[in-house]
Amino acid sequence: MSDIDRDLRDAEPWLLTTRIADYIAWGRKNSLWPMPMGLACCAIEMMAVVAPRYDIARFGAEAMRFSPRQADMMIVAGTVVKKMAPAVKRIYDQMPEPKWVIAMGACASTGGMFRSYAVTQGVDELIPVDVYIPGCPPRPEALIEAVMQIQRLIDARARAARGAEPAVPVEQARPKAASTPAEAPAARAAAGK
Amino acid sequence: MPLTGKPVKRPVPKGFWAGSYLPSVLKGMWITLRHMFRPKVTMQYPEEKWTMPERYRGLPALVRDEQERVKCVACFLCQYVCPPKAIHIEAQQIGTGIEKGPKVFDINMLRCIMCGYCEEVCPEEAIFLTKEYQTVGMSRDGLIYHKDRLLEMGGIRPDSTHKWGPLEKPRAAGQVAATAPTAVGGTR
Repeated sequence: MSDIDRDLRDAEPWLLTTRIADYIAWGRKNSLWPMPMGLACCAIEMMAVVAPRYDIARFGAEAMRFSPRQADMMIVAGTVVKKMAPAVKRIYDQMPEPKWVIAMGACASTGGMFRSYAVTQGVDELIPVDVYIPGCPPRPEALIEAVMQIQRLIDARARAARGAEPAVPVEQARPKAASTPAEAPAARAAAGK
Repeated sequence: MPLTGKPVKRPVPKGFWAGSYLPSVLKGMWITLRHMFRPKVTMQYPEEKWTMPERYRGLPALVRDEQERVKCVACFLCQYVCPPKAIHIEAQQIGTGIEKGPKVFDINMLRCIMCGYCEEVCPEEAIFLTKEYQTVGMSRDGLIYHKDRLLEMGGIRPDSTHKWGPLEKPRAAGQVAATAPTAVGGTR
């Protein structure tokens, strides 16, 4: 326990103290505005998550922003065909930092059953993905789990910045960023070369 | 070109009271008020969960028999039938040297579309779809489930299909359908 922590413990009980980084992380994780990248049938489940039965507003992520400039989290829901790949990449680039990506469903995560030259074999060839959801399509609960996982990631990163353990254990570290354009043909296509 | 069809007139509220739009506002608020007293439909997900139907198709898993033997005989039928080619099997000799079993049994859960073809095609009834539906992962590698993980998910599933040892009774038509819906272990 550091001196600061000891000082804080002796503070007035009605006084709520925090660190700036924790406060920002708290704000971020409870207002994750999604950019709905609905490309196929997974988008229907994504809509169900916003609807009253599952109601993602309980997690502060109900404000679907169709402008990437106002979004924090991109939900790639569906088959990313090569023709759509440049648009997905561009929309991701337009989102302001910090930003997170959920690859929802088999197609967005790995290409799923579309082992075809026309389909990107996983959206992580284009953009860095934080959370993958298996399923075809995944249930709305699985998408809620993914949003909660991103909330844990944000919290863990803020805590890791000051050398503290995460409050809730995060399974694994963040995966490696997207492969270089030289490795991924889709990313090369996205770059417009 | 002459205009065809007849455009609808824009409805304009008549009179001072209707023109103030207050009746419309009150009408809307009345609907909102009524909805406040209707039953709540939101499922509080992490605390509250659906009860899945008996035959819900979630992530696939391998099962063991009553004597905790791996039922899979590495016949490669599921790997062959799998539409997204999510299953990867490598066989090995086991026991007497004649029998075959899986050395490697990987299922890429991110490829899997939970169609249930593997369960349907399996001659040994060794692979089943669980009711697991809320899995998320942080990496692609983490969602390739290996044999140990799959066997752990599947657990023990007693039934009349035995590769090693006699069946309790000969398999009659319809018996498969009778045994199939029993719960698979490792489900929530």
